[in-house]
Amino acid sequence: MLWIWWQLIIRYAWTYRLRSAVQVLAITVGVALGYAVSLINTAALAEFNAALREINGEADAVIEGSRAGFDEQLYARVASDPGVQLASPVLATDVLVAGSADEYPPRLTVLGIDVLRAAPLSPTLMGDASLSGEREASRFAIFGDGILLSPSALERFKLQVGDSLTVQAGSGTVELKVRGTLPGVRPGSLLGVMDLGFAQWRLGALGRLTRIDLRLADGVSLETLRARLALPPGVNLAGPDATGARLANLSRAYRVNLNVLALVALFTGGFLVFSLQAQATLARRAQFAWLRAAGLERGQLKRLLIAEALAIGAVGSLCGLFAGAAIAQAALTALGGDLGGGYFNVTRPALGFPLLTAAGFAVLGVLAAVAGSYLPAHEAAHTPPAAALHAGGEEDVLRPLGRIWPGLVLLGVAAVLLSLPPVSGVPVPAYLAIAAILIGAIALQPRIARLLSRPLADWLQHARVGTRAPTLLLAANRMVQAPGAAAIAMAGIVASFGLMVAMGTMVSSFRGTLDGWLVQVLPADLYARVGLSMTDAWLSPADMQRIRTHPGVLRVEFSRATPLQLAADRAAVVVVARTIDATDPGAALPLVGRPLAWQPDQPPPVWVSEAMVDLYGARVGGILHLPLAGGLHPFIVLGVWRDYARQFGSVAMRAEDYQRITGDSTRTDAAIWLRPGVRAADVSRDLLQTLDSREVIELRAPAEIRALSLRIFDRSFAVTYVLEAAAILIGMIGVAATFSSQAMARSREFGMLRHIGVTRGQILRVLALEGALATLNAIVVGLLAGLVIALVLIRVVNPQSFHWSMQLIVPLELIAGLIAALLVCATGTAAIAGRRATGSSPLRAVHEDW
Amino acid sequence: MADSALDVSQLSRRFDQRQILDHLDLCVAPGELVAIVGESGSGKSTLLNLIAGLDTPDAGKILISGQDLAVLDDDARTRLRRARLGFVFQSFHILPHLRVGQNIELPLVLLGVAAGERQQRVAELLAAVGLADRAASLPRELSGGELQRVAVARALVHRPVLVLADEPTGNLDAETAAMVMRLLVTQIRERGAAGVLVTHSAAAAALADRALLLSQGRLHPQNLAVG
Ligand SMILES: Nc1ncnc2c1ncn2[C@@H]1O[C@H](COP(=O)(O)OP(=O)(O)OP(=O)(O)O)[C@@H](O)[C@H]1O
Ligand SMILES: [Mg+2]
Repeated sequence: MLWIWWQLIIRYAWTYRLRSAVQVLAITVGVALGYAVSLINTAALAEFNAALREINGEADAVIEGSRAGFDEQLYARVASDPGVQLASPVLATDVLVAGSADEYPPRLTVLGIDVLRAAPLSPTLMGDASLSGEREASRFAIFGDGILLSPSALERFKLQVGDSLTVQAGSGTVELKVRGTLPGVRPGSLLGVMDLGFAQWRLGALGRLTRIDLRLADGVSLETLRARLALPPGVNLAGPDATGARLANLSRAYRVNLNVLALVALFTGGFLVFSLQAQATLARRAQFAWLRAAGLERGQLKRLLIAEALAIGAVGSLCGLFAGAAIAQAALTALGGDLGGGYFNVTRPALGFPLLTAAGFAVLGVLAAVAGSYLPAHEAAHTPPAAALHAGGEEDVLRPLGRIWPGLVLLGVAAVLLSLPPVSGVPVPAYLAIAAILIGAIALQPRIARLLSRPLADWLQHARVGTRAPTLLLAANRMVQAPGAAAIAMAGIVASFGLMVAMGTMVSSFRGTLDGWLVQVLPADLYARVGLSMTDAWLSPADMQRIRTHPGVLRVEFSRATPLQLAADRAAVVVVARTIDATDPGAALPLVGRPLAWQPDQPPPVWVSEAMVDLYGARVGGILHLPLAGGLHPFIVLGVWRDYARQFGSVAMRAEDYQRITGDSTRTDAAIWLRPGVRAADVSRDLLQTLDSREVIELRAPAEIRALSLRIFDRSFAVTYVLEAAAILIGMIGVAATFSSQAMARSREFGMLRHIGVTRGQILRVLALEGALATLNAIVVGLLAGLVIALVLIRVVNPQSFHWSMQLIVPLELIAGLIAALLVCATGTAAIAGRRATGSSPLRAVHEDW
Repeated sequence: MADSALDVSQLSRRFDQRQILDHLDLCVAPGELVAIVGESGSGKSTLLNLIAGLDTPDAGKILISGQDLAVLDDDARTRLRRARLGFVFQSFHILPHLRVGQNIELPLVLLGVAAGERQQRVAELLAAVGLADRAASLPRELSGGELQRVAVARALVHRPVLVLADEPTGNLDAETAAMVMRLLVTQIRERGAAGVLVTHSAAAAALADRALLLSQGRLHPQNLAVG
C-alpha cells in the first residue's frame, strides 16, 4: 500500500529534479570532504608509522631520550639486564648536507648503529654493498667513514655510490663516503646509516646515544623492566608504538580541526536539506492534506517524508564516498600528507579505503539529511488537514519557527558546554557549543528578521520613498509578515557565513598576533642559527668570537636551544637558554600577564610558554623539575610567555643558570645588533665567508624570518579556506534552490500582481529586494553568531588544542568582501529564480478562476 | 463624443482547433454595467483575459477608453491595466503578507499616489465596503465574504474606468454572494465606472444595465426578466 505514496515521492523528486539534485549534492559535498580529510589523515599516519617501523625494526621496546640523547653507559647496564635478550644502541641525528643549492635544504636522518647488534632487529638498515665495488660483506661496508644511503637520498642529493658527501656536524663539517645503498628503505625517506662509533666521534656526540632498541626475554613486561632499570630523568622505556602515538598526539589537534571543518560542510549540507525539504513540504501542503483526508495516518505521512530524506541522504552519501576518495587522491598528490600543516615529514603516502570509516561517513550523511527533514516532516504530519486546505496559511505552518525559546535554550546549552574541559586533549564540548550557537542563531533568525524589517516597513509606508519604490514596500512587508519563509531559505547561509566569519576572524587573529609576536621576539637586526635539531651542531667558540668582533656588529646575544623529553607520549619540550634579566624578563620575552619577582634564595628562575601550563600543569610560583645533564633540577616558574614557534612547550631560562647546571657552553643561535649604517646583507656575506660553520649556518634578517613564518602559516591554513569556501558554495546553491522553489510556489500571487498592474520587471525587483533583505538579515545574524564563535575558537578551542592564546583581530576587509559577494549572489539568484517563476503567463497562474 | 469605456470589435480567439470567440463585438459606455452569462466553457473568461490585455486575440480590436491594446507592448499594457482597470477574481487573491488596508492601498502605491491621499482613499473604501475597523487585520483573519469585499475595495480604490469581474461570488454562499454582488454593483455605479460582470446568477445579471449571453463565440442580448 505504501508503494503508492512512494510513487508520489519519486514523481515529485523527478518533477523537481533540480531541487532534488541540489539536496543530494549538499550531502555529497559534506560527506566527500569529511571522508577525504579522514582518508588523508589515516594515510599520512599509516605512512609515518611504516617509516618508523623501518627504522625501529623489529624491536619489542625502545629506550629513548630526546634528540639530545643520554650517556652511553646506560647501554652497558641495559644490555646486561636479564630481561633483555638483545640491545642495539642507536644514535639518531639529523644533518644538513653541505653544498645543497636549495634555499631550505632537506634534512638527512643519519642513524649510527652497531652493525652486529642491529642486524637481527633492523634488517632493512643492513644495506646492499654489492654496488660498492669493494667486495666486502655488506654489513661491514659502513665501517669507518662510510655511509649507506637510501635510494631517495641518493637521488635527492645527486650522489652515487663511491661519491663523498659533506655534512655539518658539531661546529664544523665532516666528509663521508657513500659505500652502498639501503634498497629496503621506503621511497621518499631520506635516510643514511653509519657506524655508531664513527658517528659518535665525527658527529659531535661522543659517549652519547639517543635510543636503545630492545628485544625482551620471554615473559618480561615493560613495567617490571622499567622499574628495574631506574632510567635517568628524561629517558623513557616504551613499547614499539610509542613514537607513533606521540606523532598522533602531536598532530591530533590539527587533524581534529580539519575533520571538524570538513564536518562543517556536512552540517551546512544538513541545513540545506532542511531548507529545501521545508519548502517542498510546504508546497505539497494541499496534497498532504488531501492524502490525510483520504485516510493516510499521521505517522505514515511522517514516515513517508523521512523515507524521502533517507533516500536523499543515501544517494548523497554514496556519491560523497566516491568523490571523497577522488579528492583525497588529488589532495595527496598536490599537497602531501599533512595538507600543508607541516607535521609529517612524509613524501607520498598510499591511500587505503577503510570500509568502517566509509560506513561511518555514509551514516553521518544520512543522519544530516534526516535531521534536516525531521522538523518539516513533523510539522506536515501535525498540520490539521482542514487548515492546510485553506489557502494563504503557509506562514501559519511556519509560525513555530518564530518561537523564541528554542533558540534561547540552545544558546544556554552552549554557555554550559563552554565551561566544560576538553576530552583527552580535543575540545569536544567547545565544538558542540559552536554547533549549538549556530543552530540557536538560526532558530532566532525569524524573530530578528521581523524585528529588523518592521521599522523599515513602517517607515516606507509613510515615506515618499515608499511611494516611489512600491517594490521595496512590498518586499519589506513580506519580511515582516513572512519571516519564516525567509528564514528557511537562509538557514544554510547563516550557517556557512557564520562559520566563515568565525574561521576568518580566528585565522586573522592568529596571523595578526603571530605577526606582532614575531616583531616582538625579533628585535635584533640579524639572526644566526646553526643546525636544525638543536643537538647536532653548534657555534664554535671561534665562530662566536668572529661574530662578536665583526666591525659592523654592535652587540650579540647568544642562546642555546635544547630538546627535553618530559613524557614518552608527548613531543619534546624545548629549553631555551638566553640572556634574561630576572628583574625585567619582559624585555626578552613576550610575557602573558604579570611575572613574579625573583628572590635570590629561590631556585633558579624559568619562564614557561603557555603550552607548559596546559600540558604539564606548570604554574606561576610553582616549582618545575627539569631533567638536565642526567639529573632532575628544580626551577621556580616566574612567568608565562607566548611561544608560537614551539607548540609543544618551551622553557626559557637564564644562560648562566643553564651553563652552571649542564656545563654546556655551546650556543646554537645568535641575535645580532648592528652598528648604525651597517647593512645586514653585508655582515651576513662577510660571516658566510669567514665562519667555520659557514656551510650550515643560517643567517636571516627579521623581515625574512617574518615573511617565511607567515608563508608557512598561510600554507597551513590554505586547506581551511578551501573547506570554508565549499561550505559557502553549498549555502549559495541552497539559496538559489530555495528561492526558486519559493518563487514557484508563489506564482499565483505574482499572477494576481500582474493583473493589478505590476510589471514583470517590478516583480523581479520585488524578488531581488526580498532576496537582498533576507540575505541582509542572514548576514546580521551570521555575523553575530560568527563573531561569538570566533571568540569561542580563540578563547576556548585554540588554547585547548594548540595551547595558544591570541588577541581578537576582526578581518574587516574579508568580511566586507564576503558580505558584498553574498548580497550580489543572493539578489541575483532571487531574481533569476523569479524570472523562471514569472516566465509563465499571468493567466496560467490564476487559471483556475478565469 | 466621448470614447466608450470599452470597444471590442470583430474579436476572434481560437484554442487548438476550436473557435472560442468568433468575430465578437461589444461596446460598453462609460458608467455602463454589462453582465455576461453563458455555459461553462463558452469563453467568458477568455473574453475577459483579452480585454485585460493578458492574452492576445487572433483577430479583432480592443479599445479601452479609446486606447488600442494591440499597439501597446507588455509593459505599456500593464501600465494601462494599473491606471484604468480594476479586477475582482473568483478566488480573492488578497496578498497574505499585507494587511487589509495595505492590500487595498496597493494599486495606489503602484500609481505613485502620495501616502496622505492613499490613507484617505483607503479609509473611504473600507467604510464603503463595511470594513472600516479591519484595516489592520491580516487576510487570514477574515472570512471569505469579507475577503471578497476587500477585493471589491481594491478593484475600485484607484478609480478605474472599467471593472472586470469574473464570477466574483462563485466562492461564496448564496446569501453572502448576493450581498457582495449588490455591494460591487453599487460601488461601481457610485464611482461612475463601467463594468463587465461575468456571472452564473440570473439575480446578479439583473442588477446590470444589460445582460448578454455568450454562445457560439458571440454575444447575444438577453432578456433580463427571463434570465
Ligand atoms: N490556454 C488555453 N489553452 C487551450 N484551451 C483553452 C485555454 N484557455 C481556455 N481554453 C478553452 O477555451 C474554452 C473557454 O474557456 P473559458 O475559461 O473562457 O470558459 P468560461 O466560459 O470561463 O467557463 P467557466 O464558466 O467554466 O469558467 C474552454 O473550452 C477551455 O478549455
Ligand atoms: Mg471562467
